[in-house]
Amino acid sequence: MKHSFDPNEVRSAYWLSAPALILMLALLLLPTLAVLVLSFTDAELGVPQVNFRGLAAYADLLNDRTFLGAVKNTALYVLLVVPASVVLGLGLAMLIEADDLFKPFFRSIYFLPVVSLLVAMASVWQYLMHPSIGPINMLLNKFGLSSVNWLGSSDNVMGALALIGIWQTVGFNMVLFLAGLTSINRDLYAAAEMDGARSAWSRFCVVTWPMLGPTTLFVLTISVINAVKVFETVATLTQGGPGKASDVLLWVIYEEGFVHLQIGAASAMAMVFIAVLLVLVLIQTRVLEKRVHYT
Amino acid sequence: MMASSYFLRGLRIVLLLLGAAFVLAPFVFMVSTSLKPQAEVFSSTLQLVPQQWFAVSNYTKALTRIPMGQVLLNGIYVCLAIVVFQVLFALPCAYALAKLRFRGREFVFGLVLLGLLIPIHAISIPLYAAARSTGLLNTLSVLIVPFLLSVFAIFLFRQFIKSIPDDLIAAARCDGLSELAIVWRIVLPNAWPAASAFAVFSVVAHWNDLYWPLIAISKTELATPPLGLLFFRAAESGDDYGALMAAAVVITLPLVMFFLFAQRMFIEGMTMSGLKG
Repeated sequence: MKHSFDPNEVRSAYWLSAPALILMLALLLLPTLAVLVLSFTDAELGVPQVNFRGLAAYADLLNDRTFLGAVKNTALYVLLVVPASVVLGLGLAMLIEADDLFKPFFRSIYFLPVVSLLVAMASVWQYLMHPSIGPINMLLNKFGLSSVNWLGSSDNVMGALALIGIWQTVGFNMVLFLAGLTSINRDLYAAAEMDGARSAWSRFCVVTWPMLGPTTLFVLTISVINAVKVFETVATLTQGGPGKASDVLLWVIYEEGFVHLQIGAASAMAMVFIAVLLVLVLIQTRVLEKRVHYT
Repeated sequence: MMASSYFLRGLRIVLLLLGAAFVLAPFVFMVSTSLKPQAEVFSSTLQLVPQQWFAVSNYTKALTRIPMGQVLLNGIYVCLAIVVFQVLFALPCAYALAKLRFRGREFVFGLVLLGLLIPIHAISIPLYAAARSTGLLNTLSVLIVPFLLSVFAIFLFRQFIKSIPDDLIAAARCDGLSELAIVWRIVLPNAWPAASAFAVFSVVAHWNDLYWPLIAISKTELATPPLGLLFFRAAESGDDYGALMAAAVVITLPLVMFFLFAQRMFIEGMTMSGLKG
């Protein structure tokens, strides 16, 4: 095996992967290196003078109220969106899979938000959540409940954005769970029933849940990674407001780099962002390794 | 068991319909509001059918306040260019990683895994600086170039190509096909499910992307749909929800139509990309 490479094969391999490798270097690796270097400086866009600051930009982040607020809001968004969209996605997948009646019909309807332009649908939600003319508040008033200031109050804004996020991602989680459900061997259910799992609930506990465990962990990490990247709804509807109540990670990185032009500080934030993703992906690969044991 | 089965089947439909109503409500209100005059939008009733039809006025505004046709064409052009280049560059590399033995293969695959980690958001600052110094800002090319390579495509294709039998490739080699010919004439047809899955994933992602266009484009006539809608919102003065909803309908329609015509391809594509990614 060792050092028994066929020279022709090696040459072909290098030629075939060279274009991709050059692009990877130019579009991915060098820019990442540049972000790392910039994060050690006080670079400002359009200002030629650059000073080396070492880790000072990272130390600043620990006292940066805007950044810490964004970390907190992003974490809150993840905590609101992920459990709801995973549980609802699983519930819908099981309901849809339980019977053949209208199966493709419902699957398509629930998937519709995934293929709809998020910026456009965010605009629709803004109208639905309008404090005075919005249909949601009108509906609340009809049932004798008082109006809620959804996007305009700093107490509610993350919840309102999370509601839009849940609406948008449930369908995606549902199709991932559907794929997991259809791969479960039907015989397992019959076997479980013979072994005394009479109720649907006990069959869920004995068969579905353990067999779906790897899929669930996987959907969970994918959902967290996507939720951490929340940007479109914030940029369209709140731009971090009211006050700084809906500042999220990507929004403050965008503002620091492209509005305040502080690319040194923005690069430090971007490195923290990459570090967060690194941790999540490490968890995800652990999950992938676990998946192998079941298949 | 059988007696309760009808009840359970009915319950399933009721629950699914309730959920569907929640999911579809924004679409219903979007279309309904796009047909109404402003006075009716502000009259605070939950009436869905307009008393006075204002569709022509609203949709005319939607199509003319920004160059909407141009924006949609930009989106289609950018998404198609991106996906074609991504497959073009990723497939040969994925084939080499999956089927050829060469020194440094593990290293290259390691780079691919590393690349999977880094989203455009994190490296937008140096990309912006590079685009500015090369004069690419405010061109359609700047929307394509950063995405020429998808490491995710390499990863997905590599997984898939591994399952193509070695004998098939050996036979093609015996027939005198070059390695490059093998990639396009043997591997691509066999990896078609992976390629179409990736195409769906890539188009949905880039059709929706706002972050990079927001940074690199400041001219309305070069905007992609998400950025175009932001320009549309900025161009309207008051709360003209009728026109805004009409614009939302026009801009959402292309991908939704595409989805409705190719549902299986979409759902399988997103599932496959989701589970492998």
